[in-house]
Amino acid sequence: MASKIELNNLTFYYGNFMALKDVNMNIVGNAITALIGPSGCGKSTLLRTINRTNELIDGTRLEGKVLIDGKDIYDAQIDIIELRKKVGMVFQRPNCFPLSVYDNVAYGPVVHGTKKKAELDKIVEESLIATWLWDDLKDKLKRSALSLSLDYQQRLCIARVLAIGSEIILLDEPCSALDPITTLRIEELLVSLKENYTIVIVTHNMQQAARVSDYSGYMLLGELVEFNQTSKIFTSPKDKRTEDYITGRFG
Amino acid sequence: MKIKPAFTEQIVKKILFISTAFTVLILLFIIFYILKNGLSVIDLEFLLTSPKELGRAGGIFPCIIGTILLPLIAIIIATPLGVGTAIYLTEYKREGRLTRIIRFGTECLAGVPSIIFGLFGFVLFVIYLGFGWSILSGGLTLAFMILPTIIRTSEEAIRAIPYSYREVSLSLGGTKWQTITRVVLPSALPGIVTGVILGIGRSVGETAAVIFTAGSSLRVPASLFDSCRTMAVHFYILAREGISMENAYGTAAILIIAILFINLVSYWLMHRFMAKFS
Repeated sequence: MASKIELNNLTFYYGNFMALKDVNMNIVGNAITALIGPSGCGKSTLLRTINRTNELIDGTRLEGKVLIDGKDIYDAQIDIIELRKKVGMVFQRPNCFPLSVYDNVAYGPVVHGTKKKAELDKIVEESLIATWLWDDLKDKLKRSALSLSLDYQQRLCIARVLAIGSEIILLDEPCSALDPITTLRIEELLVSLKENYTIVIVTHNMQQAARVSDYSGYMLLGELVEFNQTSKIFTSPKDKRTEDYITGRFG
Repeated sequence: MKIKPAFTEQIVKKILFISTAFTVLILLFIIFYILKNGLSVIDLEFLLTSPKELGRAGGIFPCIIGTILLPLIAIIIATPLGVGTAIYLTEYKREGRLTRIIRFGTECLAGVPSIIFGLFGFVLFVIYLGFGWSILSGGLTLAFMILPTIIRTSEEAIRAIPYSYREVSLSLGGTKWQTITRVVLPSALPGIVTGVILGIGRSVGETAAVIFTAGSSLRVPASLFDSCRTMAVHFYILAREGISMENAYGTAAILIIAILFINLVSYWLMHRFMAKFS
């Protein structure tokens, strides 16, 4: 299968600290790729290099290449707004704006210049349907997003990303603020979305990676130790360090 | 002998209650005293006619106009400048030596006595720029006087907005300016409004800086280049020259009621906006 995202010899620094060491990875489209590893191993950093949100932090430096659909996204020619539209991100804690449900979902399209109410209505409806929120929220679109439960808020954050027409969804530990039951619902949602999207999820939770992902990468101290199909990583890891981690001897 | 913590707790609670009660009482006493002495002279005539015999008789109509115009000019000029500065310092400028110097500077400016601003306004606007004693000179001077307060409160309000809002907005492809106007400023509005209200309060009650720059003419001003007298200045002159204590209290009562009114209206507007926003 053709890879949607390619990381070539990617090295990343925060000041003098090397957070990613020579990472090579091919992420397949229309599949879920999980990044696992202990805290501070660089998995969130890796995720952030894919939509260039790492640049918002001072004193960072990147070497190597990140290609999406074969194009180098760190090329000077790249329009960063277009890039961030294409690569949406969902954060650890649900971070809805203090706006209504409708305005949260419509935020992206509005800042990108969609003005027609009918068009926005359609986008909001489609995004909420895709995240299984429409039936529950269609009569509460004017309600403040912050009044929803965390699980709904996190799904609303996913809907907000779908609304800008992203092709790739990056999720940075999206379930760490949720309880096990709502976590399962988010996981089911992700599986249903992979038909149309390329999903990369960072998770602390190995069971989660095993449940939802098609491919898994194990990271340690900025290195991508092992990257393979999830079934292989969890049943027959090639690297001793991966085995130690997934069997719970380390991490 | 050792004092039991539970006993200390009781004493502290009482002392804190007494200081709160004392503060509230003093405030109530001032308001009550001024209203008691002032309300008796207030009627429609007092509000809508010009003073006669230097203020011994007649109303305070020109002073009301002056009290509306001067702070209005000050707010119209100081709000965009102050909020703009606050946005630049928090959103566009990295925290560093320059921002610390600017912040230190604004804090010092906030503590400068108003009469110094009056002198500055007199030299710059009245003399050098040739605006004369006028509403314009007075309004501009007040604008500079309240600028530090507006910068400081706006900056704090903007800084208190969680970073995550900005991060999401940018990650959705919003520009920095879209992020500021659509997410940061609306959330920071209550704090910014507080600063503006403080500024209005300070400029409505200001005397020293106003006498220096807007003069104390009792005529109804016909243009921004006319001199005018605010209620605070009127009160000061009536009381100091012993012209009419009665009318001085009347003016003071209107001043207090006006400030109360401004506060209530601003908070009401803000709540309406917030209800719409979230």
